[in-house]
Amino acid sequence: MTALLHATGLAKTYALPRTAFQLARTLQAVAGVDLLLQPGGTLGLVGESGCGKSTLARLLLRLVPASAGRIVFAGQDITTMPEATLRPLRRRLQLVHQNPGAALDPRLTVAQAVAEPLVIQRLARGAALRDRVAALLAEVGLGAEFLPRFPHELSGGQKQRVCIARALAPEPHLLVLDEPTSALDVSVQAQMLDMLAELRERRGLAYLFISHNLAVVRQVCAEVAVMYLGRIVEQGSAAEVFGAPRHPYTRALLASVPRLAGAALPAALGDGPAAATVDGQAAATVDGQMAATGEPPNPAAPPPGCPFHPRCTLAQPACRMGVPPPLVNGLACPVSRAG
Amino acid sequence: MTLNQPREPLLDISDYRLAFDSFDGTAQVLDGVSLRLEPGETLGIVGETGCGKSVLARSLLRLNPAPPARVVSGSIRFEGADLLTLSEREMRRLRGRRIAMVFQDPVSYLNPLLTIGTQMTDALRGQHAAVGQAQPSRFVARAEAAALLASVGLAEPERLLASHPHQLSGGMRQRVLIAMALAGNPALLVADEPTTALDVTVQAQVLALIAGLVRDRGLALLLISHDLGVIAASCARVAVMYAGTIVEEAATATLLRQPRHPYAQGLLAAVPDLDRPEHRPRGIAGSIPNLLRPPPGCRFHPRCGLATERCRVEKPLLRELAPGHNVACHHV
Repeated sequence: MTALLHATGLAKTYALPRTAFQLARTLQAVAGVDLLLQPGGTLGLVGESGCGKSTLARLLLRLVPASAGRIVFAGQDITTMPEATLRPLRRRLQLVHQNPGAALDPRLTVAQAVAEPLVIQRLARGAALRDRVAALLAEVGLGAEFLPRFPHELSGGQKQRVCIARALAPEPHLLVLDEPTSALDVSVQAQMLDMLAELRERRGLAYLFISHNLAVVRQVCAEVAVMYLGRIVEQGSAAEVFGAPRHPYTRALLASVPRLAGAALPAALGDGPAAATVDGQAAATVDGQMAATGEPPNPAAPPPGCPFHPRCTLAQPACRMGVPPPLVNGLACPVSRAG
Repeated sequence: MTLNQPREPLLDISDYRLAFDSFDGTAQVLDGVSLRLEPGETLGIVGETGCGKSVLARSLLRLNPAPPARVVSGSIRFEGADLLTLSEREMRRLRGRRIAMVFQDPVSYLNPLLTIGTQMTDALRGQHAAVGQAQPSRFVARAEAAALLASVGLAEPERLLASHPHQLSGGMRQRVLIAMALAGNPALLVADEPTTALDVTVQAQVLALIAGLVRDRGLALLLISHDLGVIAASCARVAVMYAGTIVEEAATATLLRQPRHPYAQGLLAAVPDLDRPEHRPRGIAGSIPNLLRPPPGCRFHPRCGLATERCRVEKPLLRELAPGHNVACHHV
């Protein structure tokens, strides 16, 4: 089976504006990421704000050019493919944004919004176009009464359904979902997750699912990659990564999620405010679990060595020097591997 | 204030109804909310977008602009005084002093042009002015500000006082606002989605800070959140709101284990659980009602599997099922 999407060594560097007192600086948003997604596969990309997960999605969709690395989609190298050659491939790679309100043109009706990609890709016209649009809406659970409505007449969940119908219109093989349920209430989110599961089954879609909500990713994805400061620090099956996390960052992330079961306090809550210092260099260890102190560093000035070392309980002198550890067997932490 | 009678709770909201007038009609945003909070107690309010939880929180500081907001009936008694009938001058003595509030988006509540030090000293001096005391000097107020920053776990307070808001991370900004909320030594902290804008590792730190403050200072906490996990981590009791009404109120552990109201059950079933991936979250059919024309009877009846004729006509009142466990449903 050929991979649907295979990225190797993907990187994106942005030049920061130069000021009178500073030399030219760069920000490495994505730093050497390898990803493999099989047809019909589900890969979750998790990490905190600013870790580069959305930039990675934009790179994979060729919405921004890569600074380094290679992207192969359905057997074709699209890294530097000219836009004209890329266009017919674009219909197989579609994106669903976090904020459905901003993703829809307020002046287009639902029917026009869903028809637009079909018209642009010249996939249907006339009566066939109308039928396709109605069928797509039905597929996302919206009746024909929604066709003439404008976005402001829809609820958040309905808008997101329209965005998904629009993304499905050109019959993609891969849907990149960037925080698709973050703007929705939980009762609506649950409906959306059900719908996404159905669509995938029916259409054999592959999902790249980006979210900061670990519980949602666990519901949707078979595989998970954890990003920190532009790098994947741990990758594996959802059962492995969530069930037996190995990287100290993954463990801190999981320990920080407030749980419902048994109303257990998140690990970081075990200690009072004294333990939760912002600039603290060591992480608190509570109940045998790890929490992270501090906040993610500025990506424009990443710490040397392992990017997580200033917040890590396991940090050794070697972690603070040299280059970030590479991902070996799905883990970018030589210390946890040895221990 | 009357003493030595059956002790009055710190906060006693009774049959509070609030409407918002608009060109399209009157929205009944809060429909008979009753809640009590004892000193040092922690109560979470959970509900989805538009259920009225933030409007309720703002009512405690009288921050809902009137008009369009209009109190229809009820009372909000705090330390014996009815907040709804106090003069604006009396209200100013309470606001930020006895009752303090922390909001969702810390950036919006800090002036980007002023240093943290200027903003904190202004606030501290204003606190004294509001109760007719002599204002402390800037020097004294600044020392007090530094002590407050240290008390919320911020290192190097002096450096922070000289910083502008954009130089701080989201978690640090929220700590600064919590420090400012503590300035008046409040008895009640109202926190409206205080960690929603933060990353999960930072959220855990801020929740730990709030839990520590509640414990060490004996603060009462009213925490508003859409995230049951956040409330479970911070509050001993929880009230579930739906369309402007409280549908269930119980000890947090009880509610999580045995929710009785159909909406509370639906809400819990909709939350994906990281530890139980085999549990498929289930949504609640239908959508929240338009409060300009709320459904008669029980406001949840159009989405409820148990709804009968009685639910369509008669509004269920909050009844005590067991001590401390109240449910507003005809079928429980």
